[in-house]
This record gives sequence, C-alpha cells and structure tokens, in this order.
Amino acid sequence: MIQVEGLTKRYARHVAVDNISFAVDKGDIVGFLGPNGAGKTTTMRVLTCFMPPTAGKATVAGYDVFEKPMEVKKRIGYLPETPPVYPEMETGDYLEFVGRLKGIPTGDLKRRVSEVSERCAIADVQKKLIGKLSKGYRQRVGLAQAIIHNPDVLILDEPTSGLDPKQIIETRELIKNLAGEHTIILSTHILSEVEAVCQKVIIISKGKVVATDTVEHLTHRMRGTDTVALEVETDGVAGQSDVLQRLEQVPGVSKVLFRNAADHKLTFEIESLPGQSARPDVARAVVNSGWSLLEMRSLNYSLEEVFLQLTGAEASVPALEPQAVGGEQ
Amino acid sequence: MRNAWTICRRELYSYFVSPIAWVLLTVFAFLGGYFTYAASAFFVKDSLESQMMGQGFPMSINDRIVVPVLSNIAVIALFLIPLLAMRLFAEEKRQGTIELLTTSPVHDLEIILGKWLSAVLMYGALLVLLFADFTFLFIYGSPDWKPVALGFLGLLLQGASILSLCTFISTLTKNQIVAAAVGFALSLILFVLSWATAFESSAVSQVLSYISIVSHFDSFSRGVLDSKDIVFYLSMIFFGLFLTARSLESLRWRA
Repeated sequence: MIQVEGLTKRYARHVAVDNISFAVDKGDIVGFLGPNGAGKTTTMRVLTCFMPPTAGKATVAGYDVFEKPMEVKKRIGYLPETPPVYPEMETGDYLEFVGRLKGIPTGDLKRRVSEVSERCAIADVQKKLIGKLSKGYRQRVGLAQAIIHNPDVLILDEPTSGLDPKQIIETRELIKNLAGEHTIILSTHILSEVEAVCQKVIIISKGKVVATDTVEHLTHRMRGTDTVALEVETDGVAGQSDVLQRLEQVPGVSKVLFRNAADHKLTFEIESLPGQSARPDVARAVVNSGWSLLEMRSLNYSLEEVFLQLTGAEASVPALEPQAVGGEQ
Repeated sequence: MRNAWTICRRELYSYFVSPIAWVLLTVFAFLGGYFTYAASAFFVKDSLESQMMGQGFPMSINDRIVVPVLSNIAVIALFLIPLLAMRLFAEEKRQGTIELLTTSPVHDLEIILGKWLSAVLMYGALLVLLFADFTFLFIYGSPDWKPVALGFLGLLLQGASILSLCTFISTLTKNQIVAAAVGFALSLILFVLSWATAFESSAVSQVLSYISIVSHFDSFSRGVLDSKDIVFYLSMIFFGLFLTARSLESLRWRA
C-alpha cells in the first residue's frame, strides 16, 4: 500500500530524513517510532504530499506522491500533530467543510458526517464551537476529519499526545477499530502505544530507519535466548563462587552472571543455550543443593530497552538490518 | 472550482464570527455616512448661497458630492483593506490548518481564489453600506447614475487589486499584525506614488505614477471607462495572485 524508497529530505541546515526505505501492507497498523526530532513528522508530511522529498520515491496506493499528488491526497486521511481545526467553527459545520474539500458528493455529506461523528464519539458536540471543546474531543474531531472520505491510508501524527490517560485509551481503541478497513501509520514516541496498538513497528532515529519488524519479533530478536534472573538464599556455607559454579554445570546453561549479594541472598542472571530453556534444571539444581529458590523471573527485553539500544547504540546490533515490513503491496 | 467556493464560504463564515467583519462594517458605515453627509451639507449650503446671489445655474451632485466622496473613500479603503486580508493565510499557518488545505485534493489555485474572493466579497459588503448612503442622493436629487456605478466598479477593482497583494503578504508570515503592517506600508507607497508627477514629469515619475493604484481610480468616478485603467487593475490582481501562488509553492519546499 505504501512504498518508500531512498527517501531523503534535506532542509537548509540539516538532513531531517536520510535515505529511508520501508513498505507497508494493506490493512496493517504500523507504528512509526522514534525520539523527538527523528524525522517522523517529516516522513509523514512527504507521504501526505504536504512537502516534496529532496530525493527518493514514495508511492501511496500505487501513485507517486510527487507526480500524482491529487490521486494520493484523495486516498489519504491525515491527522497532523495539532488537529487542523478552526476554533471558530461548529463541529458539524467543520466536518461538512472538510467533507466537501475531500470531494464527498453533497448528497452523501450529511450521512458521512453523522457516521464519522458516531464512530469518533463526537455526535454530542455537533453544535459546539471547536474552540470550546476539550483536548480529547478536539483530537477526535481531528480523527473524524481524517476518516470522513473513507481513505485507504490513514496517517496519524502522535494521535495521543497531550491527552489524559482515559482519553489515550479511548483514542487507541478507536484507532484499533479503524484497522482492517484502513492501512494506518501512526507516529509516536510512546513505546507502550506501539505495543498496545500496532502490529508492526518502524524505528527511526536521526533520520534513518534502524529497525523494521513486528513487535514480538523485535523484542525476541534483540535477545534470541531465554534469560532469567535468579535469586537464591544459601545456607551460609556455600559462597557466591560455589553457587556460580554449580549453576554453570546445569545442562542447557550457556552463561551465568553474578549480579548482587545481600546477606545470604545472591542474584544471578542466567542465559540458556539458544533454542533451549534451562529453567527447570536450574530450579532443580538449586533446590537439590539445599538452597532456597527465592525468585526466578524471565528477563525479556521490553520495547523500551530495545528502543534505547537501537537508537542509542546502533552499531551494537548488526543483526538488525532494515527490512521491509511486508511484501509488495 | 467547487472547492474554491467551499473555501470562500468558510472564509466568509470566519469573517462574520470574528469581530473583524463587524468592526470594519461599523467603521465603514460611520465614515461613509459622515463623508456623504458632510459633502451633502456643503452642497446644500453652497447651492442656497448661489441661489441667494442670483446665480441660478443648477449645481452638479456628481461633481460636488459623488466624486469627492468616492475619492475620499478610495483612499480610506487603502488602509482598511490590509485588515481584511491579513488573516487569510497567516491564521492558517498559525493554527496549522494550512496542513488540512494542502493535504486535501484541492489545487493551490482553488485555495488562493477562494480566499481572495471571500475578501473581495467582504469588501463588496462594505461598499454596499456606502451605496446605502448614496440612495439618499437618488431620493432627494437626480445625479447621473453612470458615474456612480462606474465609481463603485472602480472602488471594487481597486480593492480587489490591493487585496490580491495583501493576500500574498499574508502568505509570508504567521503573524496577522505583521501581515497588516506590511499591507499598510504597501498601500501607503502605492498611494504616494501618485504624487510623483506633481513635482517633475520625467519618464521615471510617469512610470511611478502609473503604478500608483489611486491614479487609476479618478477616471472611474468621473464616469469615464478607460480600458487602460481596467487593464491596470486586472493585471495588478493577476500579479498579486501569481505571487501568492509562488509563495504557497515555496512554502512547501521550505516548510
């Protein structure tokens, strides 16, 4: 549905987006993730034909954004970071105005406005001035304006920024409900949002794509092996090195790291051999040695850690080459 | 062009829900009313005096009222017009709604025409108020209607050309006050250029005088329809809208 190849956007003084490529399949919800200033908004603005790229190519639904902007614009719904609303207009009037601009026939206008209002839960504020609405409502009016012409592609720039927790959950639910009919790209710097809403994630940092994958894959790939944190209380006789030695002998364990010691409580980090889980054997070994097993918990990387690792130290993860999220559109 | 009309209607809506339209209408109604009243009062006094002196010839309402009032209004309008155009693009840029317009399937030209047209219609509404004052001249006297009609056409053309330039200025900034101030300065310059031929008549001053917007208005209020002046105003409008289009496009490359 969306194909981006070698896209570059250069401003007078700096390069905002540097030779990025990715592809998005029909019906996907893709999270566009990156720290502030990474180039998310710039990429979205190129996709929505707000600005042309300096170099490279982007196509939406088979149309090039530079050569056929009108065709692209008809198929895209865009919610910029601040909802593009006129505070002096009433919600209903505003949506009718946007509907007309997007080319909805006059006869269908009323029906579409009430449909999207229903969908975005703004039916109760049709006669209110947008300037008087709360931020959550205004955001939903922004969403309604983006979907009013039933576009193939929805591009949402930080749709939950500045909302309170309840509104954030409502907005995410709404976005999830929109999936299926629309291909959605949403940008955010909130990682939990990507985990909650998106199937796929494109991580971008300093204008470059550093990873493209599904959310589960990414956390898994960052640490291909099963890792556990283990807390053991010894009988007082066995020291730290004894326990370490014993644990290293357990079959299936590839690496044991000593982490911490307090009284007789010792903490270790145990990594299994790839493709195996040494957890049952580790537990048995500890108990059979006469020590108490206080805690054993899985140490999977959260997306937060993945993200920090990818955006902070790109060189340390050579395994993660940028790759297309899906196949051809 | 449906889109241009959609945008124009929204702009008119915004004029009338903001104080700017009402303030301008009030100011214009007051000024137009006062000028017409003052000119009529002088006219009545002068014609009474001339009758008492025994000079019976009828005085011309056109020469004594219509021409001076329209000329005065033409100058005053120069300074009210930047207020009409200042928000057209500056406000969209400030609010971020420009992103809605430029990512909708609408041509730049439709956006520009819609916005400019709304300002011209708004200015037309101001002229309607002035015309209301003039109806009294037709009720109590019988002025020649052609110079009056042409005078209003001239006012409208002059306003439309300044509006097109001020629309361009509005694309340059996010700040309405800046847009209005630059618009004022430009209007003032276009106005004083007409004095260029007053002290010398070199080729340069002739050109400067020709560029002055006001010098093309006089023939209209005298009831003369000169194609030279119409061409001047139309090319001025085209020039302003052309600059606006270029500016809007460069906005995209720079944005």
